[in-house]
Amino acid sequence: MEKIVEGSTRAFLTGNETIAWASLVAGAEFMFGYPITPQNEIMHYWTRLAPKYGRGFLQTEDEISAGFTVCGAVQGGKKAFTATAGPGNVLMQEPFGMAEAMRLPMVAIIQQRGGPSSGTVIYSQQEVNLTTFGGNGEGYRIVYSTASHQELYDYTIKAFNTAWTYRFPTFILGDGYQAKMREPLELYDPQEKGITLAESFPLVGLPGVIGENRQPQHLNNIYSLEEELYEKVMTFSAVFEKISPEIVEYEEDSCEGADIILISHGVVSRAARDAMLILRSQGIKAGYFRPVTLRPFPDEALKKVILQSNAKKALIAESSYGQLTRLIKQSIYGETINIDTLYKPGVGIVDYDIINKVKSIL
Amino acid sequence: MLLTRIALAGEGGQGVQSVAEIIAEAAFNEGKQTIYIPNFGIEQRGGVSIAFIQVSDTRIGAPKFDKADVIVALSDRSIARTAVFSDNNTLFVYDSASQVNQEDFPKEARKIIGIPAIETANDELHPRVFNIIIMGAVLGLSKVVSFTAAKDALVYKLGHKFANDADLKELNFKALEIGRQLGEKALQKEGEVNA
Amino acid sequence: MAIAPATPKSWYLPTKPHKFCPGCGHGIVLKALGENIDELGIQNDIIFGCDIGCSLLAWDFFACDSTQTHHGRVTPVMVGLKRSRPELLTVGYMGDGGGYSIGSQHLLNAAVRNETITLILVNNTNYGMTGGQMSPTTLPGQVTETTPLGRDTAITGYPTKGPEFLSTLTSDGAYIARATVSKYKQLKRFMRNALRNQIEGNGFSFLEVLATCPTNWRTNAQQTWNFLEDEIEKEFRVGEMKTPFGKGDKEVAVD
Repeated sequence: MEKIVEGSTRAFLTGNETIAWASLVAGAEFMFGYPITPQNEIMHYWTRLAPKYGRGFLQTEDEISAGFTVCGAVQGGKKAFTATAGPGNVLMQEPFGMAEAMRLPMVAIIQQRGGPSSGTVIYSQQEVNLTTFGGNGEGYRIVYSTASHQELYDYTIKAFNTAWTYRFPTFILGDGYQAKMREPLELYDPQEKGITLAESFPLVGLPGVIGENRQPQHLNNIYSLEEELYEKVMTFSAVFEKISPEIVEYEEDSCEGADIILISHGVVSRAARDAMLILRSQGIKAGYFRPVTLRPFPDEALKKVILQSNAKKALIAESSYGQLTRLIKQSIYGETINIDTLYKPGVGIVDYDIINKVKSIL
Repeated sequence: MLLTRIALAGEGGQGVQSVAEIIAEAAFNEGKQTIYIPNFGIEQRGGVSIAFIQVSDTRIGAPKFDKADVIVALSDRSIARTAVFSDNNTLFVYDSASQVNQEDFPKEARKIIGIPAIETANDELHPRVFNIIIMGAVLGLSKVVSFTAAKDALVYKLGHKFANDADLKELNFKALEIGRQLGEKALQKEGEVNA
Repeated sequence: MAIAPATPKSWYLPTKPHKFCPGCGHGIVLKALGENIDELGIQNDIIFGCDIGCSLLAWDFFACDSTQTHHGRVTPVMVGLKRSRPELLTVGYMGDGGGYSIGSQHLLNAAVRNETITLILVNNTNYGMTGGQMSPTTLPGQVTETTPLGRDTAITGYPTKGPEFLSTLTSDGAYIARATVSKYKQLKRFMRNALRNQIEGNGFSFLEVLATCPTNWRTNAQQTWNFLEDEIEKEFRVGEMKTPFGKGDKEVAVD
């Protein structure tokens, strides 16, 4: 593959531009997209960059089509992706479901905006439910919730590798702030960093001659019998549970001996880490925990952190009304810790908000 | 350098976002950590446009902030809109030609400063460099980036326009310098928090 | 002694006899497709995509690479495949509900973009798989599960004329036709044209095939053919509506 980034370059980009570059260096061959704020500039940059490197783009008639064209392209063995937000994410649940059911290695970038409905075009963390467990199934998806432009770059590269290694649809869960803001990051060639890019492979349109040296590929997605589907779903569950320990990622800081653990994800975790440091400087023993993967969720890690910390309280901060809290509660069921919450649906959270909340509950 | 938080606000077309981008670019070029986040709601169509900039030597947390170190409000409406970001540490700057109700000014501010940017642009320079005077004023007030870095970033951003028009470049540099002086002078003037 | 008709080489024998109801038109359409695949020698190049509806039953019908999709979504899946693998021949197979109702947005936009794919739409004037509800092509007065008193055009409008509207939407290079299972040779010829048009890379190819559904029509053999030939074929004109670049002789409807 042609080198797109030579060595390592410090750059000052928007998050959307960052994702376009990361998809290029990750070897993405096709993007299918439909306009919706705040992800549009991913398409804008991709359509300018892609032709220089022989990559493709199609603007489809809606998000349903964008998702299904990606399904088609990955079945053909090409690394393909899409990007959306809000109501577009709702429409894409249908193709995401097909990707789960047929184990299609599709990648989707979600830049969360305010909801419900058209909401705002600005920012939120309200697409956690939808991205982790949307669809009429069990949520066999891998969801990375990023917090900075460096992570957008790193995890977009990783998302293509995860998708093509494990064959589950893989998501970058960003937000409007990350999409639109500029901040410095390091662009690099993944291979020079020792990152091996996963090989793509076709599921249909295989080489060879049918009936002579290969069988026809019949990919099915609907079953006549309850038992057939049951067997399929149980296999998915077993596979997903087996690979989860290899995939889960989290950050933890200063939880040991803490009185209160601050839990957050995505861009809010930046404020939470600052809040933890400021509180500690003021003599309040705060700890910090951040799931990087929301699906699979780092259940065991969080349980262990709670157990070892002896903390009596946890504060969950999110720019939504309990979507992260639900994931946490189901994952730490049985642990003894009081949970307080700071919910600001559709609104940014700063360190000051968290510090005030901590002081009001300790 | 400690963290500096700047909010720039004005009407669409006043060039607020361009100025913010140039300042952030200059900070980046100086090797600093910086975040620039445009206000990109539906409001940007025919409303007050706000740019949020943070510059620091170290890692920056949340992209937005609740209180700014420097606020520059370029229009009547944007004064009322940005008052909420002001507290006792905030330098609140507005254009002295603004027609504004007393109650629209922030209740808390380190200093509320009126500078004659529009007047200076119209009388001494050219209306089109109004936003560059404001950019200079931000530099004079906050020292958020060096004057050289700001000039370089300005050339980088507007270089395609300067290429055909040497006078335009000089005009912009002059506006930047005048803005800086306005900012520095305003800062030196001791006085009450007043409008 | 009667000789059983030859089975197309491209049929997948382990799944035969097929699962369609007795008297269903799908078997005839798929036979025409199988014979064309054989004659054009494209068994290794075809990706056969099924929509949902009775068309989904064809997912393992051919000894060709095949994939199942969702209701109305075979068009975008075929578009994605073709865009990423232009050397493949993508054939989407759908019914009148999937194509003209839930998937109509995809169908008309694929046509407008002149996507180099072949779509075969089997029109039997109802939603067969879900139990015989009204579809966009249900005839005025036709009784279905959701029009028990007959389709009332004052409430639900008139039947959708797919090839007609696609003809006006498409640009040069498109092939648009309507065939019927009652005229097998013509059906096979039109299908061959719809495949060749993709092979030659001219553009969008669409073939609607009028077909029988005795199970949901609740008709016996004679009534079934009468309904197809006397009612449906009167409502929907059979013929080639558009041939690539305006060249070639169009076969128009003959009464």
